[in-house]
Amino acid sequence: MVKVKIYIEYKEGVEDPEALTVKKSLSLLGFEGINSVKISKVYEMEIEGNKNSARKKAVEICEKLLANPVIHRYEVNVD
Amino acid sequence: MKTEDIRIALLRIEGTNCEDESLNALKSMGARPEHVHLNELIRKKRNLEDYQMLFIPGGFSAGDYIRAGIIFAARIKATIKNDLLKFIEDEKIVLGVCNGFQVLTELGILPGIENLWEEHPGAVLAPNISNKFECRWIYLKKERSVCPFNETLPDKVFSMPIAHAEGRFMLPENREKYLLEKMIDNGQIAFRYVDREGNFEGYPWNPNGSLYNIAGLCNMTGNVIGMMPHPERAFFDFQNLEFWRGNSETPGRYIFEGILKHISRKF
Repeated sequence: MVKVKIYIEYKEGVEDPEALTVKKSLSLLGFEGINSVKISKVYEMEIEGNKNSARKKAVEICEKLLANPVIHRYEVNVD
Repeated sequence: MKTEDIRIALLRIEGTNCEDESLNALKSMGARPEHVHLNELIRKKRNLEDYQMLFIPGGFSAGDYIRAGIIFAARIKATIKNDLLKFIEDEKIVLGVCNGFQVLTELGILPGIENLWEEHPGAVLAPNISNKFECRWIYLKKERSVCPFNETLPDKVFSMPIAHAEGRFMLPENREKYLLEKMIDNGQIAFRYVDREGNFEGYPWNPNGSLYNIAGLCNMTGNVIGMMPHPERAFFDFQNLEFWRGNSETPGRYIFEGILKHISRKF
């Protein structure tokens, strides 16, 4: 069993309305000096097989389901 | 083909919730809409080829987890892709409203600027720029397009309701200008968000921050159509926000009318 973490985030330059809302809220709460906020989604999976096959499967999962290449980039970390 | 012979599959999975209004609207026009669950097509209890139109209505398919429409799209792709491709190649109509539009975009069928079916999505309906669920009536203006309701929609500004959190139409940034120009040249843009006077303005008139104020579009051949506004909610007089002010126009009716006329002529 291989533990895999998949990170999905917006590509550079793509505006994230949720992150902008968080940044604005932080400012309203009095937090100073927060220049940027970036939000990523993390999926943790346990995949059968070896590290190579798990990574291959995780990449396929990203391309078929988790990421839209128009706005997202993904990163796969295998333990 | 007569209108009463036109069979329409209203495709649903768990979380679809606009299928009844859509069915009532199309039924009242004399067509033969039916609720069809995706599993019925997968198990061959019903066949896509028996229908002239596939309509994916609005809702929150599979909870809209991961991204709106992606789970519905992934399930279609993994099961009935070939049947759907043939359906599109036969120039039958595929309509996606709201969540249905998100499904068709995630499938890679819309906007269909260069190919009938892209392996990866060629566009996205991203979270609204306001980061809010926008649920209200908006103003629209039609473009010159190859969409089947191009003739039936009025030339003047008209209004329809929207209800979505993810409706911001975006193209890949590095090819945005080229692809948008191609969409315009192909006549793929059905209608755009405007203000009351018909000017192309930003938020709140453009309720989600869509590129070029795009609210509805179709593929190159005009038979696959997606739109964020809900025609089934602007269909009967009692749904019409302005009916009591003397405006008896229900633009949703023009959209379905154009599509049914197109099918009658073609098949």
